[in-house]
Amino acid sequence: MVNAKINGIEVQVAPGTTILDAAAKVNVKIPKLCYNADLEPWASCGICVVKNGKSPKMLRACCTPLENGMEIITNDAELVETRRTVIELILSTHPDDCLQCPRNQMCELQTLAAEFGIREQSFPKRLRGLSKDESTNTLILDPEKCIRCGRCVKVCQDMQNVWAIEFLGRGEKTRIAPAGDVALADGPCIRCGQCSAHCPVGAIYEKDETGPVWEALRKEGPEDRVCVVQIAPAVRVALGEEFGLPPGTVLTKKIYAALRRMGFDVVFDTNFSADLTIMEEGTEFVQRFTKDPTALPLITSCCPAWVDYMEKYYPDMIPHFSTAKSPQQMMGAMIKTYWAAKAKVDPAKVFSVSVMPCTAKKYENKRDKTMFSSGYQDVDVTLTTRELARMIKQAGIDLLNLPDEEADSPMGPYSGAGVIFGATGGVMEAALRTAYTLVTGDELKDVNFTGVRGISGIKEASVHIKGTEVKVAVAHQMGNIATVLDQIREAKKAGKPSPWHFIEVMACRGGCIGGGGQPYGATDEVREARMAGIYNDDQKSTYRCSHLNPFIKQVYEEFLEAPNSGKAHELLHTHYHEKAIYTK
Amino acid sequence: MAIAQVEFPKELAAFVEEWKTKPGNLIMILHRIQQEYGYIPREAAETLSRMIDLPLAKIYGVITFYHFFKTKKPGKNRLAICMGTACYLKGGQALLEEARSILNIQGDEVTDDGLYSIDAVRCVGCCGLAPVLMVGDEVYGKVSPEQLPEIIAKHRN
Repeated sequence: MVNAKINGIEVQVAPGTTILDAAAKVNVKIPKLCYNADLEPWASCGICVVKNGKSPKMLRACCTPLENGMEIITNDAELVETRRTVIELILSTHPDDCLQCPRNQMCELQTLAAEFGIREQSFPKRLRGLSKDESTNTLILDPEKCIRCGRCVKVCQDMQNVWAIEFLGRGEKTRIAPAGDVALADGPCIRCGQCSAHCPVGAIYEKDETGPVWEALRKEGPEDRVCVVQIAPAVRVALGEEFGLPPGTVLTKKIYAALRRMGFDVVFDTNFSADLTIMEEGTEFVQRFTKDPTALPLITSCCPAWVDYMEKYYPDMIPHFSTAKSPQQMMGAMIKTYWAAKAKVDPAKVFSVSVMPCTAKKYENKRDKTMFSSGYQDVDVTLTTRELARMIKQAGIDLLNLPDEEADSPMGPYSGAGVIFGATGGVMEAALRTAYTLVTGDELKDVNFTGVRGISGIKEASVHIKGTEVKVAVAHQMGNIATVLDQIREAKKAGKPSPWHFIEVMACRGGCIGGGGQPYGATDEVREARMAGIYNDDQKSTYRCSHLNPFIKQVYEEFLEAPNSGKAHELLHTHYHEKAIYTK
Repeated sequence: MAIAQVEFPKELAAFVEEWKTKPGNLIMILHRIQQEYGYIPREAAETLSRMIDLPLAKIYGVITFYHFFKTKKPGKNRLAICMGTACYLKGGQALLEEARSILNIQGDEVTDDGLYSIDAVRCVGCCGLAPVLMVGDEVYGKVSPEQLPEIIAKHRN
């Protein structure tokens, strides 16, 4: 163990512990800016400087390990002044339009400026006059706001292995941009939005689409529009953070109530269509597993960022991709066909909104022509969790004190299998619960497949179904998937069977609960709390398996006929195409 | 549509192959590509990205970091105006401005006829001749702005 002192307080930590982490252990908070717990520290900003004993040298606490006998000082006059100067220098190239900034009051630079009591402009302003990149229609990159901390680049390259952005140029001309300054939409960007979730300032953020939703809700334009909404599994365990609740607090019924108060006519739940996805995808798996094992592995396709990544980086895997649409798109298709007919509403008058933890879902709803399977755009607008929080606040809705309400029938009630879609491993577990029954005709005694749960990057498990071993793998955080897919490629090349039969992939760390559209500040601690919320909701569900959801049975009886029927294929399935990584 | 790739000439391709797995290969290879084309065409960067299995973003990070590497095709005749300490003190800046004004180009632009481009370079190693201008391999010393039209005209072909 390492023994040292920080501000005179004795501290004992394991070798290799950074000064920053050691200080936190004895309740000493060292200010920081470029540092983020998800990423390896790289010491670019210089805010976290500290001194050791009488040495005048300043060490960066984020990346310097504590050593035996160190006497660290974190807050003498010179250090505080140095930090203040760094903040002032950063501010000298940063616009002052905080009031119009998407990160107003949620900005790490603004917070530091406030804490250090910056009251005047000490250096001449040198803005760069760079323009915004809105090409993805999903994420907006505003290089003028960028403080070049590098978090987004690290996230995109190291965590996600996408390489959509890089530092281009040098010195004061350094900017964050795709290779060759092409537009984001012309490069590898998969719209996962992890850059926006990690950016400390307002340099990358989700495209705000609350405007068109308010317009529809206030019946501006066509007065007889019927506004229908769906909320995704992961939204309910994270929205509370925007209202001061701890991560993982399940707010499903209060969100339903808030959506009605906002003016939505009908409130459905994406958990229901997650159940539908399982019926389709589970059936697809069972067919391949029992009739055509060479078509294995089957790979999940609910995550639009992952779909985009696969089409660009692993197009040879297209035959292994489940053709089942994501729950968002299944719900969209069902609302404008099945529900509209049942409720005797003209689908042309239905305005369909989804609330997602995800920025890529904004891209998915116009991805290709199968996203218009009802004859209209199946989902008109996708909002992120952050946008929903803003709308609830704007509307003056006291979310936490609302009475609990239920979702509307028949596409509201969900099974526990539907809700766990929000966490890594959840789609796999939900699929196994139903696949078991589809193969054996029996119900599982214990529906918990705990081997596929948790924050570990790649999880493997095997399940015995009727004497046959089903091997599964679960990967989340895009950078982890190469390990799995490369093994499949190798096996294929060698003419060997795939090491796994069924693979689940989610682009974001922790799955959708850690999505790019979720409230800011996700760390593994936060992600695990959100996951716990998801699994609690599953535990409490009356039905734990998708096929047992009585409303799922109802939609097949009344409309869809059977899983993978012609009608199901027309509305609930899609196709994939190889895509160039760069189009310009 | 994907961006087009170029097929590297045999010697260049062999060079890339030779350096493919060596650490620190990228800068060596980029030098060689620039020697071949006079700059790093996007299509060549794309080809290289595939050959050495390195993301295009990484390649551009390096190309744009070093002034030496060009992403735009330079003029047939490249005027290199020295901005090293001695040349700068002897009026290098005035030469640069005059040359830009005569040719009506800024920064890394190329004249409409494709004949000229200007690079502001650091010390070319003959400070005694300051201020220095190079056109291609030809060195001009103690140049005054008034001599520029003649020098430029001389290299028109």
